[in-house]
Amino acid sequence: MKTDEIKTAEDTRESVSFGTRDKDFSKEPLCLSGRGVTRVFHTGKVTTVAVDHVDFDFHKGELISIVGESGSGKTTLSKMLLGLLEPTDGEIMFQGKPRDISTGAKKREYWKGIQAIFQDPFSSYNVFHKIDSVLLDCINMRGGGNLPKEKKIEMMTEACSFVNLKFAELTNKYPFELSGGQMQRLMIARIFLLKPNILLADEPTSMIDACSRATILDMLLKLRDETGMTVIFITHDIGLAYYISDSVYIMEHGRFVESGKPDKVMLEPEAPYTKRLISDVPKIHEPWDLSTVDLLQDA
Amino acid sequence: MKNTLRNVFHSPRFLVGFIIFMIILLTVLIYPWFVHRDPLQGLGKGFLEPGTYLSVYDANDTDTYRVELPEAAANRLEASLPTEDRQMMIDYLKAMGVDVSGLDTSNEKMEDLLVAWNANYDEADAKKNKYEGFATQAKRNALRRLDNKIKSSNSNVTMSVVKGEGDDATVKTVNGNDFVKVDEVANSVNLPLGTDNFGRDTLTELVEATGISLLIGLIAGSIATLLGLLVGLLAGYVGGVLDDILMFIANIFTVIPGFVLLILIYSALGAESRGIVTCAVIIGITSWVWTARSVRSQVISLRNRDHVNLSKLSGHSLFRIVTTDILPYIASYVVMAFILQVSSGILAEAQLSMLGLGPNPNELPTLGLMMNWAKLFGAYTSSNAWWAYFPVIMVIALISFSLNLMNTGLDQVFNPTLRD
Repeated sequence: MKTDEIKTAEDTRESVSFGTRDKDFSKEPLCLSGRGVTRVFHTGKVTTVAVDHVDFDFHKGELISIVGESGSGKTTLSKMLLGLLEPTDGEIMFQGKPRDISTGAKKREYWKGIQAIFQDPFSSYNVFHKIDSVLLDCINMRGGGNLPKEKKIEMMTEACSFVNLKFAELTNKYPFELSGGQMQRLMIARIFLLKPNILLADEPTSMIDACSRATILDMLLKLRDETGMTVIFITHDIGLAYYISDSVYIMEHGRFVESGKPDKVMLEPEAPYTKRLISDVPKIHEPWDLSTVDLLQDA
Repeated sequence: MKNTLRNVFHSPRFLVGFIIFMIILLTVLIYPWFVHRDPLQGLGKGFLEPGTYLSVYDANDTDTYRVELPEAAANRLEASLPTEDRQMMIDYLKAMGVDVSGLDTSNEKMEDLLVAWNANYDEADAKKNKYEGFATQAKRNALRRLDNKIKSSNSNVTMSVVKGEGDDATVKTVNGNDFVKVDEVANSVNLPLGTDNFGRDTLTELVEATGISLLIGLIAGSIATLLGLLVGLLAGYVGGVLDDILMFIANIFTVIPGFVLLILIYSALGAESRGIVTCAVIIGITSWVWTARSVRSQVISLRNRDHVNLSKLSGHSLFRIVTTDILPYIASYVVMAFILQVSSGILAEAQLSMLGLGPNPNELPTLGLMMNWAKLFGAYTSSNAWWAYFPVIMVIALISFSLNLMNTGLDQVFNPTLRD
């Protein structure tokens, strides 16, 4: 029964153009990989291992999902990937070479290649700045600071229309005047302007209602198709991860318990944690299987 | 921004505090336009009670007007008969065997006393020196003078004023009902708050001192807030070793009591080299610690927010992130801290000056110096000159009260948990 459900989902997926699941990405060059990446937090005498010796290989053009429940270390890992947090131990390789972000200039160079969309659109914007400045920053970062004003407006208008927003309506407005869905779409417009090689999307749809969620996902995948960028998708929604990913990493308590092609991970889960995540997804026309919750807590 | 300001001015506490503060500030700014007196100019010797003072010499030279005031004579007697004279009258009447049970020396009983006196006193009788306690010649003369004074006040009195000496002398006769117009007298001075021990006009001095104290508070508060902000922002945002070093320094300042440190520095400087700016700067650099600590903790809670991360990812420099992504978020808090720092700067100056460690007393007055002078010259002990210290205390209290009220009002606007 369970397999049937998922197969139905797969059928829908195949009808969508962005399906690249069957492509073998292992032949593509590595763009981001890590060995033994660890992050430990010290709060007073309490030591928390947020990310515990994880290894990963992300290939160019791949859409990778990192799935785990709250507190499993997904966001800490994403911050290390972005270079906002230093790993306590281990090594992160960027385009095959050890990543060097020791100085401000090198960091700025690194961030031209990797960008992010954060979970909470309401806290992603500086409330004191107008929307224009967010988009102008992106143009400046791409070296377009000296372009004429008309050209800049044209670029911003193009980026906004890509995400179905009208720049003329947004200009001179403050971010808090937009809805959550519009803010998150504006974030995608930002990525559209920056065109980074890697996009790290940290639960970009978790704070948004179901209707806007589909639109946001659709735009993200469209953007990926256009630019061929690598997308690292961080989510707690295993169904969504199965639906869109080329490769899935399951994270539990700071470790990757299972990884591989989504078909392999979802249809033949080995780790009990993966099984639980799959059974926790509520399904229509079927009683919600909560037995695994107790089972796992006892274990 | 406009909305925030409107909210702030709709807070009753802030508004009351703001109005009180503005009244004080405007008084300080406008008063010198009307009174051009040097605040440290001594007008006389010692404490003078509040009131208007007329030059007697100039009053004599001023044109007179005839005013028939019915109560003039009674007023004159009331003012010219001291308590001792009234007591002597009662004692004499008692010695004569008159019933004095209803009489005393107060102004209310003045009329009864005069009636009793006029009815019973007889000069011939007094000369016989038969009454106990009034047997000497001196006593009898005193009684006679007293009686003359009382008699003369009843009739239309005159006085002769001799001006000049020798042959040039002119004599002018002044009648009891001659009046001068106050503003026609060449020299008069209005002292609403009297004078202090140096004979300085207390009100002018107080206004000047309030201005200087506000300036000291402003400089001290600005320095403390800027230093605290700088240390707090750097320690909080950069973190790591810099945080450790800065917090180590802050801890040292916390452990040493600030006031003791101030006393030591002030004593070491000596009165001559303590200008008001020096005083303010020293108060400022000893009181930045708690601003730094609270700014630091606010920054730490902000530095991992998504909008800061996004700003980093957009390649912004540390300076730009701190000034555009952190500072605006804590601005309301900084304004509140600044207001409190100004208030405590004014209080610190007052405390230090009270101890005799204030700014150079020969240059300008401050509220604390005025308190110090009042203490040194016994305004609240021997002289009982309330006007020399009470208004100063009120001004210090009002400044402090208004600033704290503004702070609480702002807190209510910016801290959602305190909203009604």
